[in-house]
Parts: sequence; structure tokens; C-alpha cells
Amino acid sequence: MRRTELEAVLEAKGISKRFPGVLALDDVSLALRPGEVHALVGENGAGKSTLIKVFTGVYRPDGGELRYQGGPAAFATPMEAQRAGIQTIYQEVNLVPMMSVARNLLLGREPRGRFGVIDAAAMYGEAERVLAGYGVDTDVRRPLRTLGVGAQQMVALARAVSVDARVVIMDEPTSSLEPREVETLFGVIRKLRERGIAVMYVSHRLDELYQVCDRVTVLRDGRLAHTGPLAELERLKLISLMLGRDLNEVRSDGLTSFSRDHAGEPHRNGQAPVVEARGLTRRHVLDGVDVSVRPGEVVGLGGLLGAGRTETAKAIVGALPLDGGQVLVAGAPLRAGSTAAAIRAGVSLLPEDRKAEGIIPTLSVRENIALAALPALGRAGVVSEAKIDRVVEIFMRRLRIKAASPHQLVSELSGGNQQKVLLARWLAVRPKVLLLDEPTRGIDVGAKAEVQALIDELAEEGLGVLLISSDLEELVEGADRILVLREGAVVGELSGDEVTEERIMATIAEQADG
Amino acid sequence: MNREQTSRLLQQHGAVMVLGLLVIVGSLAFDSFATPANAASVVVSSSFLAIIAIGMTFVIISGGIDLSVGSLFVLGGVLAAYGSRHGLLAALLLPLAVCGIVGLLQGLVIARTGMAPFIVTLAGLLGVRGLMLAISDEGATTYLVEDRTFAALGQNELLGLSYPVYVTIALALAAMVLLQRTGFGQNVYAIGGNEQAAALMGVPVARTKVYVYVMSGLLAGLAGALNAARLSSGVTILGIGLELDAIAAVVIGGTLLTGGAGGISGSVAGVLLLGVIQSIINQVGSLTSAFQQVVSGAFLALVVVAQRLLSKAQRLT
Repeated sequence: MRRTELEAVLEAKGISKRFPGVLALDDVSLALRPGEVHALVGENGAGKSTLIKVFTGVYRPDGGELRYQGGPAAFATPMEAQRAGIQTIYQEVNLVPMMSVARNLLLGREPRGRFGVIDAAAMYGEAERVLAGYGVDTDVRRPLRTLGVGAQQMVALARAVSVDARVVIMDEPTSSLEPREVETLFGVIRKLRERGIAVMYVSHRLDELYQVCDRVTVLRDGRLAHTGPLAELERLKLISLMLGRDLNEVRSDGLTSFSRDHAGEPHRNGQAPVVEARGLTRRHVLDGVDVSVRPGEVVGLGGLLGAGRTETAKAIVGALPLDGGQVLVAGAPLRAGSTAAAIRAGVSLLPEDRKAEGIIPTLSVRENIALAALPALGRAGVVSEAKIDRVVEIFMRRLRIKAASPHQLVSELSGGNQQKVLLARWLAVRPKVLLLDEPTRGIDVGAKAEVQALIDELAEEGLGVLLISSDLEELVEGADRILVLREGAVVGELSGDEVTEERIMATIAEQADG
Repeated sequence: MNREQTSRLLQQHGAVMVLGLLVIVGSLAFDSFATPANAASVVVSSSFLAIIAIGMTFVIISGGIDLSVGSLFVLGGVLAAYGSRHGLLAALLLPLAVCGIVGLLQGLVIARTGMAPFIVTLAGLLGVRGLMLAISDEGATTYLVEDRTFAALGQNELLGLSYPVYVTIALALAAMVLLQRTGFGQNVYAIGGNEQAAALMGVPVARTKVYVYVMSGLLAGLAGALNAARLSSGVTILGIGLELDAIAAVVIGGTLLTGGAGGISGSVAGVLLLGVIQSIINQVGSLTSAFQQVVSGAFLALVVVAQRLLSKAQRLT
């Protein structure tokens, strides 16, 4: 065996993984060396979670080879991977909240006394000793859930490492940590590195990557986009790799169906915003976000995954509990935390996850369209069938929804037509502002063009639109003005000639401290 | 002591405290309440439910439920009386074997297929009752206990308390050690607290679940056998709704119906509480025994609300 360079402890060689209709991983190779901290980055759908699940035995790859400690590996279950020494720290702490800290830490390895009975005193002592090394100073008899999330995560990490780990995979470990806790975590990661343990670090926070990671692998659309030392990689270059936009190609234009001239139309600037959000704040998620949309204006939200775009949209319609902030519609404050109030005031959200938060698959096209507008389509709570028919017909024709009949089940339609049904649902309530979260993701090219043209048309008619899209091209060509978010805060506003892909990426790349 | 510790203490030992309070109130209010005879009667009649509640505690902490124990209690009694014709050993082993196998089957179905314990053990409740009726000619035949030694097991007394009380105490102590101080007990808590995490932490989820239902079946059968010994016959009309009494006692004792938290001492206190409530109602001459159920029901509702508030108080800190 070659020992010329440090041999990989865990290695993916040309791994492919196919799901019905999607190639989630396409010939991906990645080598994790002992004693390195390896960043794994990529946007939504890049294949990060699929790759992690292949490494940890949740999925079996369809093609390629997985190698572990110099030999081929095939983990049938997560348990097998764990026994072999591959530990994963998930975003959501995977421990038992109601059991005590000590019992969580030592479950299955409790110190035994006489007759094989658990020695409680020894158990508490050992737990205290182990956790002290992770900066957790607490009564180990307390139920785990009474600890802060950061401390819980440390317990999970301590447990994972103490069972002889060779590889530790961390999935967004800092997403709910305080800055002080992040420092402790980094200290622990550095100790792991010294002990020769390989750490795979998945995060969207670029500052953190540059602080602790040695190498980086970028995935995009299921393929390997880049792998190499992180220090040599410029921030802007890293972002362009993640977003799949070649810096030189950024200038090439015109594949979307947005037709309107977006160079700042002066007649709008004078108008009062139809919706205005001030200082939206939620711990660890949003940090004082201000957004306003004028009638007929398309405002884009830019930023990486996890920057707070979806959360901002949800906060505006009252679907995300807030610690602070206020939403005004036409100058009047909106009742906090009530989506019904938001809809009545004319603010509607087309959610990102169509299946989970949008369509109701067991209902027909007609029922799905009429759902939100029902209160307006009747009198004294009794719905008028004739009115529903009229509204449904108008929107099916206008949005060119391809269904056998209004009574066809919505689950039988294509993704693009489902999306149009959802758009019709919200247009039927006659909103003043429509918040669109990834309106064209996962739908075919033809439907995509139609949806884009429709957004244009609606804005022309005076509807205010907030557009969230990971497709930079769509964002640049669709929006009049773009707010760039990073780690839950607005870090830049681009309008007029500044609305370019290059400027968006540059704004994301700017370092937090200047 | 801070609020979190107070609420945890109340959750774990609230039933014992209320039990103590109720005993004091009963003693002060009624002359015939605090007599040795009355105390013995409460303890002896509670012991059978307590044995069932011990098994139910394991089941509920693991995140499940066992509705079949009432039927198994009756079947155990009938089988014990039937078996007593062939001696002491048959009187004990026959009910334990059959009830253990029913528990095993239920456990296997729940653990392997992932079907809801509620439905599986509801099927068990109906099926076992049918089985009991089938071997007793639709309940018309009542087998009498023929073995003297077996009858003595249910009737003889030591220090004024009949033997089943001591069996219950021994079982409760063993169950406490099993739950708190063995890997099996920890696994039961872990599964009930977060099954997915438990699996990832290396807990043998399926095996632990099967054990829990086997245990519950065995204990229900044993309680039925001891009751048959006490009554000298396998009475077929008992035990209807007993599973609900057991669940009520366990929940009153501080075990969360959602699993993951609770303990044996609470369940035993819960059983005694139900017994003491009944005894106090009996002391009040003007109230019928139906009121016992009204009071127990109201008390259960109160406990559930209190638990909700307590667990909220713990989360806030």
C-alpha cells in the first residue's frame, strides 16, 4: 500500500445514487484523511445529505465504491457504520431528552458495580469528568432537555467521540449555538484533529469554514464541483463554485422568460410600500431584517442556503414566531403570528416545499384552488358553488393549468401544474403582495417559463412580489431590487445597474467584520 | 431548590405526597379509617392491581400501552384454578406460560411490524377474553381451586397481611432495580424517550420491546393466579376494565403516557391512591361506590393537567 501521502480513512470513489426521477449523486469522489477537518459545501439539492447518508450507512450507493480504513466498506445500517467508528452529529440533537445527562452520555457503557448492577455514583462521576473536557459544567443528573442546545450538542459530541470514533461528521453543528459555544466547539474540533480523527464539517457559514477547515469539497447538482485546500480558495471563488456561476460567464444573459425592463422605474419609487417589515428578529434565525415591497415591484431575496430567506418570507406572513419586529401592510400593523390576518390583509406566501406545505394531494384541482378563497366566495359561511366554478375556470384558463378536468386529483398533475394550482389559489384571494419562495424549483422548463412570464404580468398589474430563488439568473432578471441576506441579516441592497450576479456573489462573500 | 428541581420532584413523587395527605385526612375524618383491619383490606385488595401496574409501567415508559392485561388477569385466574387439579406447579406454570406467550406474540407483532401497540393489544384483549370464555363454557363453568398449597398462597397471612402483599412488595423492589440499575431498564427509558435516537445509540429496540410485553403478560397472569388462589376459584366475570385501572394508576403515579419518564414507586402509590379513595368513599355512608369512579376520574384528569404544567415548567428553565 502506498504511504506516500496520508492515506484516506474514509473514501468515496465514483459514488452514484439514484432516486426515482433524480440522479442525486453522480460519480462523486471524496477522500477524508486522518487528522483533517474537511468542509463539505453545496446549495440545496447539491447532494450533501445524500453523500453523508451514504457514508453513514443510511443509503447504499448504486455505483462506485466506498472504502474505509484501507478496505472496501458496505454499511447496511447506521448502527454498523457507528460500530466501525463513523459518528455523526446531526443538526437536531439525537439523544433522549428526558433521560439525565449522564445516562445519555454513557447509555450502553454504564460503569457496573456488584451483580452487574449500574453503579450510579461512578456513572455520575465519570460523566462529570468527561464533560468537563467539553466545557460543559452542569449537574449531570438533570434531564438532558433542561440544558441549552449548545450543551446538548456537546454531550452528543462527547458521546460520539468517546466510543472510539475515527471519523466524525458534523451536519450544521453551529446553527443553534451562541458565539461562545461555537468557540468551545472549535476547540474540541482542533483537539480531535490532533488525535488524528477525521472531521467532516458541513456548514453554510463561510466564516466558520475558513476558521476551522483544512480542505473543502464543493458539490453542485449531485456532481463534484471542486476539492482542494481551503486556504488557497478565494471566498468569491468558493461562492461561485457553490452557485454554479462561472465568474466570466456571469455577463452572458437571457435564458429566463422575464421580459420587463427592470432598470429602476421612477414612477414607483415615490409610491408608499404596500408591505413593510421592520426589524424581524428571531434568535439564531433572523437578526433585524427590514424588507419593503411597493406595488408593482419585484423584490428579490438573495443569499446562500440558511441565510434566512425562507424564514423572512414566513415571518412576514406570520408563519414563524418572532422575538421582535413588526409587519405593516399599507401602513397598518399586522397582528403577529396569524397567517389568517396576513391573508385577509392581502399578503400571501407560496411556500418552498410544495408537497409538505402547499398542495393537499387528496383534494381535486378545483378544491385546491378554492381553498384559501372560500371565505370570500360565499355568504354567512355558506359557500357558493357557482362562484367557485367561475373562479376556478378563470384561473385554470389564465394560468393554462393542464388538467383533465377541475375535478382531477391535484396529485396526478405534473410538478409545474401543481405549482400553477398553488399560484391560482393565492391569486384567487386577490392579494396585494405575493411572496414566492422558489417558485420554479423542480418544475419543467416550459412551466418554468410560463411561471416567470406570469410573475412579470402580475407585477405589471400592480401586484407587489417578493421573489426568493437560488437560481441567480432568475433572481437577477426577475427582480427590480435585491436584498442580500447572510446569517439572518440584510448585508446589502442592490438596485438598478447593481442587480447583477457578480454583485450578489460579491456581497455574500464580504466578510462579516468588514 | 429552584423551580425546575421542585417541578421534577413533584412529577416523580407527587403521588406519594398526595397519598400521604389523603391518609392523614382520612384518619382525622373517620374513626374506622386508620384501623389495622381497614389498612390491611386496602393493601391486600390493591396488591393484584399493583402487580399488573408494575408491568404496565415498563410498557408505558417504553412508549407503548398494553390493553390485554385485564383479559390476561381473568384468563390467568381460570387457568390457575384449572391447573390446580394437577398440583401447585401446574396451577402456577399454566397461567404464566399461556399469558407469557400471549405477551410474546403481542411484543413480536409490535416490535417487528411497527403496528400500534394500542391496536395489537386491543386485539389481544378481545382474543384472550374469547379464549377464556371458550375454556369456561361461555363463563358458565367456574373451576374451583383444588390444591391446598396453592390456595394457601393466596389466603395465608403473615403479620396480618396475606402472602400476595409480600409477593407484590418483592416484585416492586425487583422492578425498581431492573428499571433504574440495569442496561435493560435504561433501554426502556431510551426507547420511550426517543426511539430513533435510541436505535442510533445502539439500543436493541425490537428485543427490548418484546421483553416488555412478555413481562406485562407474565405479571398479569401471575396476578390472576394469585387472585384465583385467594378466591379459591377461577372467577370469569372479573377483570373487565382492569387494564384501564392499571393505566390510570401508572399515570397518576407520574409516568408519562407518552413514554420516557416515570417509575415503579409512583405506580404503586397510584394503585394505593385509588384504593384509599375507594376506602374513604366507603366510609362516607351516604355515597355509593359509584362515586369512587367519579372521584378517581376527576383525580386522573387533575394529574394529567398538573403533569402538563410541570413539564412545561421544567422546559422553561
